[in-house]
Amino acid sequence: MRLAILSGKGGAGKTLLAVNLAAAAGDAVYVDCDVEEPNGRLFLKPEDISTRPVHTLLPDFDPQKCDGCRNCVDFCCFNALIYIRNTPKVFPEVCHSCGGCQLVCPVGAIREVPRPVGHLELGHRGHLQVVTGILEPGEASGVPVISAALESVRNFKGLTVVDCPPGSACPVMESIQEADYCLLVAEPTAFGFHNFCMVYELCSLLGKKCGVVMNKMDIPYEPLETFCKEHHLPVLARIPYEPHIADLVAQGALLYEADAKLAQQFRKILTEIGGVWQ
Amino acid sequence: MKIAIPLDENRKDVCVTFGRAPYFLFAKDGKQEILDNPAAQVQGGAGIKAAQFIVDQGAEVLLTVRCGQNANEVFQAAGLKVYQTQGTNALENVSAFMEGKLAELTHFHAGFHGLQ
Repeated sequence: MRLAILSGKGGAGKTLLAVNLAAAAGDAVYVDCDVEEPNGRLFLKPEDISTRPVHTLLPDFDPQKCDGCRNCVDFCCFNALIYIRNTPKVFPEVCHSCGGCQLVCPVGAIREVPRPVGHLELGHRGHLQVVTGILEPGEASGVPVISAALESVRNFKGLTVVDCPPGSACPVMESIQEADYCLLVAEPTAFGFHNFCMVYELCSLLGKKCGVVMNKMDIPYEPLETFCKEHHLPVLARIPYEPHIADLVAQGALLYEADAKLAQQFRKILTEIGGVWQ
Repeated sequence: MKIAIPLDENRKDVCVTFGRAPYFLFAKDGKQEILDNPAAQVQGGAGIKAAQFIVDQGAEVLLTVRCGQNANEVFQAAGLKVYQTQGTNALENVSAFMEGKLAELTHFHAGFHGLQ
């Protein structure tokens, strides 16, 4: 089962949920797809780490062969190519590595060359495999690193916990594409609710089964409660807004190991969504 | 010398954005021409496409409120100079430029790139 954990709003508790559910599952895989600031490793402290580079492909032009037809420039729907002063040029951060320019070049002047954009850290905590996607600072898109991270655990049959990036744009879509279940972490605030609605819309567009965990729970936020009822979204847990939880998190502790009551909650979530435990 | 200016919907004022301006005004030797911006509605890379368009039209100077880094990279490759407009009227800016009253644009923003 592939379980994606997302929230829209940053700081809602995606990683909190993801690392603890992964720890609770034990024999599982945790993938950190929040590649701009992956922090699941701070809690899981994986061992025996190996690294693997991630590349994307970028067109490279042979000026001897290029006859200036501009087919590639016209074809590129991302507008990543220009042709100035009889020279083709690519904007690496705009290029989506689709390879189309190479296909439409009538004189074979374009070949694709790999460009490093980040790396993966592969390690484990006991039986739990930990994969961390890390984007090179300054890179515009995390999507290639996310897809490489997910690809690295594609053949794993057990529970894969995918810790998604914040927001509801391309990197999130990439992270949840193959998810069997989307766990939405919601903060009971106006801001939290607004972004929660955005990710819920995305998940339902993609036809994903969804459940909700409310985090930093104090007073119920009525619009969120009503929304969950109206959309028949199960609220799987409510994690209280308590200083001792914040303390444990600040120390880099796993709540699953440090708080028996919360551990029970994490096991209950896994049971309810079918990610094992009973 | 051919001068390009991003134009607003009213076809008179300087448009505050460059890449997604609805039109471009091209002024040369007292004559003006207004052309649709082919990049106005594209999903991404509008600045790059608009810059390519302006260079292809043979402009040597762009007068604009602001301009992104990618578009500026195109202009640098093409040897086109970018100046900052003053006030809203496009034709007045052409005159101001001819009289040497406009300064070169020195700040190029990082762009929006369809990112949030």
